[in-house]
Amino acid sequence: MKTAFLAGALSLLLPVIGLAGEYNLTVDRVEIDTGDFVKTGIGYNGKSPGPVLHFKEGEKVSINVTNNLDEMTSIHWHGLILPFEQDGVPGISFPGIKPGQTFTYNFPITQSGTYWFHSHSGFQEPDGAYGAIVIEPEGRDPFRYDREYVVQLTDKHPHSGDRIMRNLKMMPDYYNREQQTVGEFFSDVSDQGFMNTVKDRLAWGGMRMMKADVEDLQGFTGLINGKGPDQNWTGLFQSGERIRLRFINSSAMTYFDVRIPGLDMTVVQADGNNVQPVTVDEFRIGVAETYDVIVRPKDEKAYTIFAESMGRSGYARATLAPKEGMEAPVPGLRKPARLTMADMSGMHGMDHGDMGGMEGMDHSKMGKMDHSEMKSMGHAGMSDMDHSGVKAMDHSAMGHGSEMPAGGASDPFYAEGSGLVPTAANGGKFLSYADLKAQNPLYEEREATREIELRLTGNMERYTWSINGVKYEDADPIRLQYGERVRFKFVNETMMTHPMHLHGMWSMLDVGAGQLNPVKHTISVQPGTTVYMETEVDEPGQWAFHCHLSYHAAAGMFRKVIVEGGPESAQAVEAGTGSTGGEA
Amino acid sequence: MSRGISLIALVVLGWGLMPTVTSAQEQIEDTTARKMPLKVWGAQFEEFEYRYSDDDEELGVWNGDVFYGTDELKVRWLTKGEYAIDEQAYEQLENQLVGQMPISDFFDAKAGVRFDTPEGPDRTYAVVGITGLAPQWFEIDANLYVSEEGDSSAELDAEYELLLTNRLILAAAVDATVAFSEDREIGVGKGLVSTETGLRLSYDLVDRSFSPYIGVVHERKYGDSEDFARAEGDGAESWYAVLGARLSF
Ligand SMILES: [Cu+2]
Repeated sequence: MKTAFLAGALSLLLPVIGLAGEYNLTVDRVEIDTGDFVKTGIGYNGKSPGPVLHFKEGEKVSINVTNNLDEMTSIHWHGLILPFEQDGVPGISFPGIKPGQTFTYNFPITQSGTYWFHSHSGFQEPDGAYGAIVIEPEGRDPFRYDREYVVQLTDKHPHSGDRIMRNLKMMPDYYNREQQTVGEFFSDVSDQGFMNTVKDRLAWGGMRMMKADVEDLQGFTGLINGKGPDQNWTGLFQSGERIRLRFINSSAMTYFDVRIPGLDMTVVQADGNNVQPVTVDEFRIGVAETYDVIVRPKDEKAYTIFAESMGRSGYARATLAPKEGMEAPVPGLRKPARLTMADMSGMHGMDHGDMGGMEGMDHSKMGKMDHSEMKSMGHAGMSDMDHSGVKAMDHSAMGHGSEMPAGGASDPFYAEGSGLVPTAANGGKFLSYADLKAQNPLYEEREATREIELRLTGNMERYTWSINGVKYEDADPIRLQYGERVRFKFVNETMMTHPMHLHGMWSMLDVGAGQLNPVKHTISVQPGTTVYMETEVDEPGQWAFHCHLSYHAAAGMFRKVIVEGGPESAQAVEAGTGSTGGEA
Repeated sequence: MSRGISLIALVVLGWGLMPTVTSAQEQIEDTTARKMPLKVWGAQFEEFEYRYSDDDEELGVWNGDVFYGTDELKVRWLTKGEYAIDEQAYEQLENQLVGQMPISDFFDAKAGVRFDTPEGPDRTYAVVGITGLAPQWFEIDANLYVSEEGDSSAELDAEYELLLTNRLILAAAVDATVAFSEDREIGVGKGLVSTETGLRLSYDLVDRSFSPYIGVVHERKYGDSEDFARAEGDGAESWYAVLGARLSF
């Protein structure tokens, strides 16, 4: 075991020779020290996160994965385009890797960029089984940088994944410590008036929904490259250098809002694909997404990389500095996010979820709520800018877009008036999906051959999550035909954000840019919105398609996709490993 | 009290040894993956407390349950008791075994049996009930009972939690029992039998698994049940100071 480990470590250090690389990974029980607590988890080559795998586009890799656990494991190569048998989803791609067994993955590297790998078994990924992948392109990158760092984010929780799932099933608000309290009632009374506050509470109580239901899992320590905020992972630079930061969100459940106070970030890549550069002050990274940004610190001083959770319950922190040991101030957390009625506008199955907001509210049963929110705007006016819900509505009602920071309160990928609309801490530019334009379209532009509607559904009180109201265990696979171009329509009827991840094929997020729509592997769908993506169905086989929030996927927001037809070997799909996955 | 605890320990242990409960999360079987319904279990004590009454009576009281199952079907064992410490006797000892399934977004139906085995006469009941979350966050548990003697009764439980902070919680609970016929032997008269009203201030010390609390509880009997109690030499009404903890595993 020790030799295997050494061999593994060595092979990772060796430069890639020729166009065939062999890599060794062991899956181990490891100790994870976050600075706040120490726990036993699962890692690769003896640590969590595992090593950064460096591949080169055009290379053929073979990766020997040895399972040193006493349970089954698997590795999924997140975002990589490869034959489905190599995709690493137990029961769909292959049977899984038994304890003591070594499984060899073989696949060609046909892409470049920033990706990651993780276990697709049970809750091993939340327990620590993940690592980063960096793929060097065959040609040149269309942007320059002098050095690069992987910045892998996660939300490490003292509880095991099993325990968390069980607690959420028992009490869906088990981990939510940002709920509305008596104190908040009184502060709302003083801001919005007594009757409005009472009406607001009654409207939400009537639906048995919580405005505070933004994050299912709080109480984690945010880690960057395995280091907690106090352990302060540090990347060194010389002033004037361009630094490429490869952000990867490997969290089980947490969306992070990322900023580096004092530095602009130029986003050059999303989900491994180059985008037309866009300079921002802050961006939100969904679970399983990656963003590459370039920063250019000009001063001889330290900068804090600050990743604050979307619900504002925790953060990850790291430092860029000219010298080891230097630190910059760490910002405080902003006020906890609160949902608004706009975030609920998808709940009644309305077709125009993306128009949500005011219009949706008028149609819905929550007419009263609508009223109270409107009233409070009247009363509070601009002084109420801090109240997330009211803020955006003020904005939209008055139509003074130019008064708001660019990229601020109006973002077409959030329901209008949503309490989740992010704004940059410094009042500057916050990245929107709408800003992402592909650098190089991967496919010819063409009409979608058909549209498949997927309503994202669930019941928070029961902690059940599903697609079109059906949990994975009861669902038939989604059947696609090789060669078609499918337009997926996601309608989020829940009050949570879901990062939807389709394995094996690229998906073009419809931002209205036609040919230049960004190419992604994971697409976040905000509450009360409808989002479209188009997929070139060009990889035969069986694939997983699911929400990347670990406990949502486990609770049923998951589908098997079967791509029928296509070239030769793929015909064996139905007879292949699929039998263990079991179709409904 | 100690007998009460050891009894619970014994039953919990017995339950724990049942093969079905030994693994918390069976969906992790890889080759069958997530196509298996998620099976979960949980155990909690809403009340686990010491009561001291206005006439110096001391009681050990608990109200808890253990469940195992899927979204579609759960088996739930509910246990409830009052142990008089001076008399070393169970004033109330009630166990229910029910199957529970969803009937709406927020409510489950349940059916099963209930065994009352306090000091004195026993009763066995058939139970049907609903449990769930009513609008405005009232937790409701309503049950109909028919005893082996043919007597029927109903019990309604409602609870509301007020968050003073995200950890300091004031919980108000009301429990009322109504009998549709008289069962003299166990001191139940027709009509409203009794109510128990409690106010408990708890603090979540360890996650939501251990939340110590203090509180007051008021118990009252009504109508014929009140008369029967008086005839036995018992009071019809008691106030208690309580000290205990909410527990969940
Ligand atoms: Cu989800």
